[in-house]
Amino acid sequence: MSLRQIARDVGAWLDHRLGLSGPIIEAAEHPVPRSSASWWYVFGSAAFAVMVLQFITGLCLATVYAPSADRAWQSLLYLNYDQPLGWFIRAMHGWGSNFMIGLVCIHMAQVFLFGAYKYPRELTWVAGVVLLLATLGMAFTGQVLRFDQDAYWGLGIGAAIAGRTPFIGGRVVKMILGGPIIAGETLSRFFTLHVFVIPGLLIAFVGLHLFLVLRLGINEWPMPGRLVKRDTYLAQYHELVSKDGEPFFPFAAQKDLVFIGLIIAALVVTAAVMGPIGPNGEPDPAIIETVPRPDFFFLWLFSVFALLPPWTETFLMLTGPVAAIGLLFLVPFISGTGEKSYRRRPVSVMILVLSFMTIGILIYLGTYSPWSPHMEAWSSVPTPVDYVSGRTPLELQGAVLIQAKQCRNCHALGGQGGMRGPALDRTATRLTPDQIVRQIVQGGGNMPAYGRNLTPAEVNAIVAFLATMHPAHQPPARLAARPQRPEQTDASP
Amino acid sequence: MSEAVKPLQPSEATPEKPVSRRVFLLKLGILLNAIAAALFAVPVIGYLASPMRKFAWMSWISLGPLENFPESQTRLATYRNPYTKPWDGMTANIPCWVRREHGDNFRVFAINCTHLGCPVRWFPESELFMCPCHGGVFYSDGERASGPPPRALYQYSHKVENGQLWIKAGQLPTLGEPLA
Ligand code: FES
Repeated sequence: MSLRQIARDVGAWLDHRLGLSGPIIEAAEHPVPRSSASWWYVFGSAAFAVMVLQFITGLCLATVYAPSADRAWQSLLYLNYDQPLGWFIRAMHGWGSNFMIGLVCIHMAQVFLFGAYKYPRELTWVAGVVLLLATLGMAFTGQVLRFDQDAYWGLGIGAAIAGRTPFIGGRVVKMILGGPIIAGETLSRFFTLHVFVIPGLLIAFVGLHLFLVLRLGINEWPMPGRLVKRDTYLAQYHELVSKDGEPFFPFAAQKDLVFIGLIIAALVVTAAVMGPIGPNGEPDPAIIETVPRPDFFFLWLFSVFALLPPWTETFLMLTGPVAAIGLLFLVPFISGTGEKSYRRRPVSVMILVLSFMTIGILIYLGTYSPWSPHMEAWSSVPTPVDYVSGRTPLELQGAVLIQAKQCRNCHALGGQGGMRGPALDRTATRLTPDQIVRQIVQGGGNMPAYGRNLTPAEVNAIVAFLATMHPAHQPPARLAARPQRPEQTDASP
Repeated sequence: MSEAVKPLQPSEATPEKPVSRRVFLLKLGILLNAIAAALFAVPVIGYLASPMRKFAWMSWISLGPLENFPESQTRLATYRNPYTKPWDGMTANIPCWVRREHGDNFRVFAINCTHLGCPVRWFPESELFMCPCHGGVFYSDGERASGPPPRALYQYSHKVENGQLWIKAGQLPTLGEPLA
């Protein structure tokens, strides 16, 4: 018997018992609208493929990673440097996470733009939102398992937000942390979520999502003017696929396959070139010289927390996510019928563009976080030479104080230093010496009052220095109520 | 073997039984399972939610002899969290800021910013605590100076005994459960 014959026999033997070949072939060849076999429809299957890769690399990592607070960080270093190819598996898993989030977001945007969530596919969308949340949940818990300084303080931020819950804040924090502080049980809890709970959810909801796609059929290419009506849509769709349909396999699947191949190749190359992500410093809370930053996909949240006006903060931190997630779930119930084409849905297109722009800008701001002081600027950033040449001893004293009193941590000079407060390069054009004194001594805006921490002589010196901070061609600020000095009056008519 | 074979079908004949008895058994089965599920769920939930129970996490712990803390200065001190497990490793080493005003007059601040918990840093030159996350600033007495933090730094209760500084510590301070 030839090998081929044996394979065919084994297949027939199995099929006699399982009886699955019929349904599988039927599913593979179910007709899809010809218009849907488009390059726009490849993102969902690519996200699925990357998820499968994540399962495989995750399994590999679990064979070495030590999910214990006192060893996790070392085991990551071991994976990076000692375990053969450990660096590559970690890189694949870390970059795979970024790829997956990107693909899921693009897939969702496409579904939204094409009105694919409308009747009768509401439940498919709902399952998709659960999958988005599960994906983000994997990303967040994964960032915790990369148990380094950022993970530690990221947990601290999570605890601080949870601690704002009215009445039961303290208890919620302990429930999340698995104890009174961020320690061994915290890591174990997040390990359980990342490795058992959320993957289980993902598998279940991917199953539901795919089942619904098969049962309800792939969304047809939206045509302006072809409205979705509850009583006619199903018949229309049926007519469409029977008249102008093609079998999913191979007609649509071939584009999926090509794109999946490209994405996986891109992921492998990215992982090999960029290498594993972290870990950074060890999770020792006693090392406080740290500037905690979340991973890329949570940077926008980091920015939101920094930019919210403080009095709205607690309310928005607790209700904002619930409202946003609730809205996502409600999308198909708010506009479940009607126009599908993005050409006739300007509001939807605007919502999408605005959301992506907002998140994009917040991420961009998060990458350089102008609201964070530059904690080392006072001791590590030079004073521009132009600002000290030709200055009097008193003014120079002021320049020194601006370094020594950490002013530079929030105020830049010559483009270097913190961006929390305004740059000081042109202070004299905005404030009179009296106003500078008031600002330094009493603070205001986001500036602490330095009255207690500076002697009058020190304030004097700083003001003398700042009064020189104006370009040669631009006079310093003056009070409008005071008469101009005589040499300036001849300029007026 | 390669020829097409009809798929196996389960036998269709099921013997008829009196309806009332069947319904009774079904209801009994559902009831028994509901009871069993509750019996099982209570301990499982109790297990998972055990950190939420009221428990005396806080206890007195020494930060070392008073000589470690010069007057009118602010120093970083580290203690081992009183409630800890062997596998907590370094995560149970908790830092805090100790301010000795004069004599036995101390203030002990938590490291965590009251905004979102980042570690605040003390700058002796300007006598300010600054937070690296969103630019919160606090004065030397812990009062909020500027930025998003909603309140002053958290303070530990403390006492001086046998020439040592003791604080009551044991849990991460948050707005929901500040230390003292
Ligand atoms: S955590 Fe300190 S300012 Fe936000």
